[in-house]
Amino acid sequence: MDKLKSMKLLMAGLIFYVVVQVLSAVGVLNGYFMVIINRSLIGVMFAVSLNLINGITGQFSLGHMGFAAVGAYTSGSITTLIFKLSPRHPEDAVVFVVAIIAGGIAAAVAGFLIGFPSLRLKGDYLAIVTLGFGEIIRTILNNIAWVGGPRGLLGIPKFSTFTVIFVFTMATIILIRNLVQSSIGRSMLSIRENELASELVGVDTTKYKVLGFVVGAFFAGMGGGLLAHLLQIAHPTQYGFYASALILIMVYVGGIGSLTGSIIAAFSLTFLTEGLRVGIDWLRDTAGVPIGTEWTMVIYALLLILIMLFKTEGLLGMREASILIIKEKQG
Amino acid sequence: MLSVKNLKVTYGNIAAISDVSFEVPEGKIVCLIGANGAGKTTTLRAISGLVAPSAGTVTFKGANITGTPAHKLVGLGMSHVPEGRRIFPVLTVKENLELAAWTVKDKVEVKRRLEEVYEMFPRIKDRISQLGGTLSGGEQQMLAVGRAMVTGGDILLLDEPSMGLAPVLVDEIFDKIVAINKKGTTVLLVEQNASEALEISDFAYVLEVGYSTISGPAKDIASDSRVREAYLGV
Repeated sequence: MDKLKSMKLLMAGLIFYVVVQVLSAVGVLNGYFMVIINRSLIGVMFAVSLNLINGITGQFSLGHMGFAAVGAYTSGSITTLIFKLSPRHPEDAVVFVVAIIAGGIAAAVAGFLIGFPSLRLKGDYLAIVTLGFGEIIRTILNNIAWVGGPRGLLGIPKFSTFTVIFVFTMATIILIRNLVQSSIGRSMLSIRENELASELVGVDTTKYKVLGFVVGAFFAGMGGGLLAHLLQIAHPTQYGFYASALILIMVYVGGIGSLTGSIIAAFSLTFLTEGLRVGIDWLRDTAGVPIGTEWTMVIYALLLILIMLFKTEGLLGMREASILIIKEKQG
Repeated sequence: MLSVKNLKVTYGNIAAISDVSFEVPEGKIVCLIGANGAGKTTTLRAISGLVAPSAGTVTFKGANITGTPAHKLVGLGMSHVPEGRRIFPVLTVKENLELAAWTVKDKVEVKRRLEEVYEMFPRIKDRISQLGGTLSGGEQQMLAVGRAMVTGGDILLLDEPSMGLAPVLVDEIFDKIVAINKKGTTVLLVEQNASEALEISDFAYVLEVGYSTISGPAKDIASDSRVREAYLGV
């Protein structure tokens, strides 16, 4: 297994940050592009945290955005409430960070609950349960009036700036990288490889499977919170199966178990979504082809099929981007 | 060292083993022989906590360990080499062995145990950076045994180590089992290859459709007319 070097990771992150800030300051990147970059970063949080569950621990979760919804609604409710009570709260930043972390914790609790069926279920059956979980969350949110019901939670203050999202995303990547490369990560990996064998070498498989879900859900919840404070709305349809499937595609396209793969895929696919939107609009309006934006999913499905046919293990497979890894001596 | 009394395991309504009792004295090799479906594997799985027995007791080093989860038993000194080897296919040979040292915190001790495995299985040492899944069947079996050695159990449970191996490799594996035993590890061996197993064992128990029936010193069992007819094919 390739090991990512945290210094190199930090350096790459900083270079990215400075480049984006400079390009944004000189006006090359307008507000529209900044939104896409911000969404890409949040996509990275979702994809990396799902990779911990699906890729490293080898469980199969289809309801990752359910965790994000829990985080988004929890943190969104907290900040809107405080914002309503005192519109010019002096400690905005503190409230915001606390709210985001509270969202992460709420999602982690949900992850703990959903982690339990994973002890008894494997593969397809676990996928069905997690899919059900995502839909349950969406339906519940659709029916609770005080979080807006089908209208969505409106009036969330806009706290998520590029800098804030960048810091949270970097923290997610580095913390998950540390986890994966610790003995905890190796235990999770051994469960994916062979659960029976890892039990027989002394790994408490129950504990690490639940832990995978809890940690994955925690970061997804924080990502959801950031998304809500970026778009200033949390809406049940944002967190349905479609959205979960998109994150899943990111993980599989990037490579199961590869963190850098997930990062690259999250950026590529978020930009691809926008590119396809522009392309499809052009085809419909200018060229007169009768298609709509729902065709993006057709293209995603095609992309996934092509990757499964020609590059079964995803773009990077189990490996990490080579400039960021520690070269290990063999033997 | 290990004592099993009236063990019963059911999968749903079906009793895989109904009443199995036997003793494994310290420092000896004990084998359980029996035909397909006699309950040999289930017995091992119940001892090492992979399935919960519905009745009976398992005593290990004087303590009742019935129903203790497998990962805890590893720390108490029980090493189980499961049927079909179950090595980690995408980890290297070295990583497979290092992972087995999961419960050992002392790095010097881990290194010593790895050296012990390399000494016992020079072929494994040659393949140290190769992925586990690319080893031959015999090498995988050696790796699985080596992995159990690294976990450092006082008792080694072996489930069909000869399965799917060429006869020459079977001999080699059995020689290694004797060598491990000579170093002080108690061995509980489950085998379909009854003649080879009886040859290296001190005591033997015959399992028949969920019951332990005939038992005694391995030499007597090997000459028992019923066993010879049913399991040794002579």
